[in-house]
Amino acid sequence: MLLAEQALNGLQYGMMLFLMAAGLTLVFGVMGLINLAHGSLYMTGAFACAAVAAATGSFWLGLVASLAAAAAAGALVEMAVIRRLYARDHLDQVLATFALILVFSEGTRWLFGSFPLYLKLPASLSGAVVLPGGLHYPLFRLVIIGFGAAVAVGLWWLITRTRLGIRIRAGEADREMIGALGVDIARLYTIVFALGAALAGFAGALVGTIQSVQVGMGEPVLILAFVVVVIGGIGSIKGALVGALLVGMTDTLGKALLPGLLSRVLDASSANTIGASLASVLIYVLMAVVLILRPQGLFGARG
Amino acid sequence: MRETLNRDTAINLAILALLVATAVGAHLAGNGFTVTLATKAAIFGLAGVGLNLALGYGGLISFGHAAFFGIGGYVTGILASHASTGMPVTSLPFTIMGSNEMLGIWPMAMLAAGLVALVIGALSLRTSGVYFIMVTLAFAQMLYYFAISWPRYGGEDGLSFYVRNSFPGLNTFAPIQYFAICATLLAVALVFTAVVTQSRFGLALQAARQNSQRTIAVGIRPYAIRLTAFVLSGMIVGLAGSLYADLNRFVSPAMLSWHMSGEIMVFVILGGVGRLCGPVAGAAIFILLEHVLGGISDYWQALLGLLLLVIVLFAPGGLIGIVTRRGRHA
Repeated sequence: MLLAEQALNGLQYGMMLFLMAAGLTLVFGVMGLINLAHGSLYMTGAFACAAVAAATGSFWLGLVASLAAAAAAGALVEMAVIRRLYARDHLDQVLATFALILVFSEGTRWLFGSFPLYLKLPASLSGAVVLPGGLHYPLFRLVIIGFGAAVAVGLWWLITRTRLGIRIRAGEADREMIGALGVDIARLYTIVFALGAALAGFAGALVGTIQSVQVGMGEPVLILAFVVVVIGGIGSIKGALVGALLVGMTDTLGKALLPGLLSRVLDASSANTIGASLASVLIYVLMAVVLILRPQGLFGARG
Repeated sequence: MRETLNRDTAINLAILALLVATAVGAHLAGNGFTVTLATKAAIFGLAGVGLNLALGYGGLISFGHAAFFGIGGYVTGILASHASTGMPVTSLPFTIMGSNEMLGIWPMAMLAAGLVALVIGALSLRTSGVYFIMVTLAFAQMLYYFAISWPRYGGEDGLSFYVRNSFPGLNTFAPIQYFAICATLLAVALVFTAVVTQSRFGLALQAARQNSQRTIAVGIRPYAIRLTAFVLSGMIVGLAGSLYADLNRFVSPAMLSWHMSGEIMVFVILGGVGRLCGPVAGAAIFILLEHVLGGISDYWQALLGLLLLVIVLFAPGGLIGIVTRRGRHA
């Protein structure tokens, strides 16, 4: 029973990571850009949701605002800064996006202050549902899993079945060629970046609802999203999904089960401390193992 | 060519002279706080010099050097705390006692940082490009979370030790004397870097950065060269971490955090990538900005971010690059 609940938690965590990692991997795959400021867009979404939900009283409007604000911030940043970085080396990209994090974080602190904000769930989404087998599980976490699955399907459809998707894939393969064929590359890149930003902002709003909305919330998630992308393979949406679920499950189940498993061989208190410490590094061990076996990631094409 | 070389040397010497003059001047004026700021600049400069070996000369964009900075710091903190309680750090496989002698602590800090760099480097260097950045970042983050969740040495709260470790013949509590220690180590590291980068090894390292295929074609394995550079780089940064821990008499997981990695990288970039004294200038400017901008606004990091953006977008050679009117050195 506990295991089923933790597995669902892991699934929910994984779905949230997928929302983050999808944007990162898309931006890297199409534009060859490493974007550290992705976590700032996540934070932007969360703050937009909190602000709009507080002003209008509607959580749903807040969610829409998170998508819109993050997409707008993404498009703006792309046009002002990111666009100048595509031709630069990764070092410049890392630094410029690191600088963007500083600007975003301090700007947000200036606007909203350092205290965390809390989002209130609408009655229709709060409470628990009883799952088959008699397990009580928070409805909202199921909703996040549903959103994540819907985004995964939506992205798959977008990439494989629509004209925009064809252009995105073509841009990944050969940017000069599609430019020569009359596609406005600059606009395409802005759209892809804004799309990734919107997904990150959406994830921020959803997680902000479970936890709290505060400055710096995007950074731990960003690094986990990097781990996901490294495991899944850069540029692969499928890899991002598989990697995110692997990381979500490993982290959640590790934290839930390791202390118990260790208590069979160690005494209770040291099992607890060692278990907690081990669980916190488990996903990095997973990453190291994947790197040893497949340096290009599970679904990565390039080395 | 010769003229620009001389110009670089002159600028290098000027930067160091300025740093020392600031500390000595402040000491004579009785301003201990400024001496401490200069010490901090020397320590951060040392960390930058270490990273520069991997990043500037080797082209290895490590976003995880806080790992080595923090390891150096924690080794120092742990040894110092055990020295005060008299308990051995470990008795297996052999007994390691605590220590409060800097001359004993530094080699331990560098050894530990070097070993961790060996493991992280061996794994990370299997990848390249953007993977390398993310993987080094992730490994540093792993140590960060480990430090937070491991309660033995303070966990999230960090570890304080109340007495600064000692150095034979010096009073390490006097700010100017501690500055002298840090500045001397910085100078040693600079000479070491200058010698190493001009050696066969250093030239091979830079060749591997510029064209890995050709390096292989002349019979040099880039992996071994890069790994060596990565480990040396980690050891220097570990030493800087040890000095920083002693400066504050406190270590915390923040020394391992990715913000620290980013800051060490910023020192290197502000000054100019692959320039001998670039990181020192960068660290000094960073400290100065922190101090000046911090006085103007509580949100000084936003201003720092904007400044950094401008430098990355419009002055790729860093600040020394502006002075020498040249792009990347090396």
